[in-house]
Amino acid sequence: MQSIIDALGLAFALVFSADADLLEIVLLSLRVSLTAAAVACVIGLPIGALVAIGRFRGRNAVLIVMNALMGLPPVVVGLLVYLHLSRSGPLGFLGLLYTPTAMIIAQTILIAPIVAALSRQVLEDLHAEYAEQFRSLCLTRIQTVRALIWDARYSLLTVGLAGFGRAVAEVGAVIIVGGNIDHMTRVMTTAIALETSRGDLALALALGIILLVISLGVNAAVQSVRMTAARQAYV
Amino acid sequence: MSDVLSMTGAPAKEPAHRPAQRGAPPPLEVRDLVLRFGEAAVLDGLSLTLGPRGCTMIMGPNGAGKSLLLKLLHGLLPPTSGRIDWGGHTAPAMTARQALVFQKPVLLRRSVAANIDFVLKARRKDPARRDGLLAHVGLAHKAGQPARLLSGGEAQRLALARALATDPDVLLLDEPTASLDPASVLAIEGIVAQARDRGVRIIFVTHDVGQARRMADDVVFLHRGRVSAHSPAHDFFPEPACDAARAYLDGRIVV
Repeated sequence: MQSIIDALGLAFALVFSADADLLEIVLLSLRVSLTAAAVACVIGLPIGALVAIGRFRGRNAVLIVMNALMGLPPVVVGLLVYLHLSRSGPLGFLGLLYTPTAMIIAQTILIAPIVAALSRQVLEDLHAEYAEQFRSLCLTRIQTVRALIWDARYSLLTVGLAGFGRAVAEVGAVIIVGGNIDHMTRVMTTAIALETSRGDLALALALGIILLVISLGVNAAVQSVRMTAARQAYV
Repeated sequence: MSDVLSMTGAPAKEPAHRPAQRGAPPPLEVRDLVLRFGEAAVLDGLSLTLGPRGCTMIMGPNGAGKSLLLKLLHGLLPPTSGRIDWGGHTAPAMTARQALVFQKPVLLRRSVAANIDFVLKARRKDPARRDGLLAHVGLAHKAGQPARLLSGGEAQRLALARALATDPDVLLLDEPTASLDPASVLAIEGIVAQARDRGVRIIFVTHDVGQARRMADDVVFLHRGRVSAHSPAHDFFPEPACDAARAYLDGRIVV
């Protein structure tokens, strides 16, 4: 018990001293996960919207696949990305393995289905409300998708947040494709895993505390935006 | 005080932004229209002929098929069988030349002004018309407010402004004044009357007999999925052409 308390004390000391190594790891984590979340939104939102408003043969199968992909095992994604980016893989010539870009790719693959599936649900509910009005206005499919995404923007923020949350907390894929290389691809989750295995609980706890604070901070910010929007009946 | 609810009771005139050569409203010919949901026929061989001008009020008891008829005329629903002919065009081909105001207005999660902007942009209309349209329906002072926080009457006036933004040849209204206060009802009637005076064909579903008396040039009475009476307003109200319409006007239950 004493060792945990000591580790916590050291962890807070690290956090408040703005330790350079710690800061580097945190900033890289944010860069990788925010980029992955943004790319996943660019890919996932239009897919979610098109499935939400589309009525086509095989739509139910698409829905099942979309929902199933939400539970993609990170290590499997990591392995597949590794196989593609490794020197002998089809994309090996790009030289991306063990770089932050490889980690962004892996996280994007992990969370794009989450963004697509959750946004599909949000947009389908909104479309049910707007559909007749939009048909009456003779909107094109693109106009409909744009309008739905814009009007659901505050709900979709939560969807993006869910994607970011999954990305920033993920360890299996990024450790395979990133390699957890110090000062290059070490992010919070891989550092926590490493430091715990090495017995450096202070750094692991410090990173854990920061991870929790980031998660709480982002959630609080999104919740605040949503509450403001709800007061204006924009949600 | 809003422009619409001014001392004169008349809506402010919309600035003359409408294209000078707007298409004339076409006549409507409906023949043997049937709409079934499963075994139940909601419309059962309905036939109807309407001229290209004026305000037609569609009345009838609940379940008579009035709202569904509007959606069929607007091309939002395909009939099970029968024919809808708008001067040689099918109903879906006429959708873009019409506007439908729903009983419960569907407002976008945006400001009042942005609701108008959206339609003007989507239909490639002059964006400068927005302020004139809002003034026309008495909502200029609410332009920046969230649309979904408007009162029922204001929301319906915004829906009407949005419909008028499309420059419709035919304006279809599905009980737009249901559950509104008398001032809001009169405001909406004023806007609709002005549209009619500009040559827009009005087809108006209502349960409000007083409103029908004020607005109608002719009245179509639906009963059991068919037209049971269709006559000019000055004939319909003093001498309804069928027992169901007479019972309806007397406030008796129509079955």
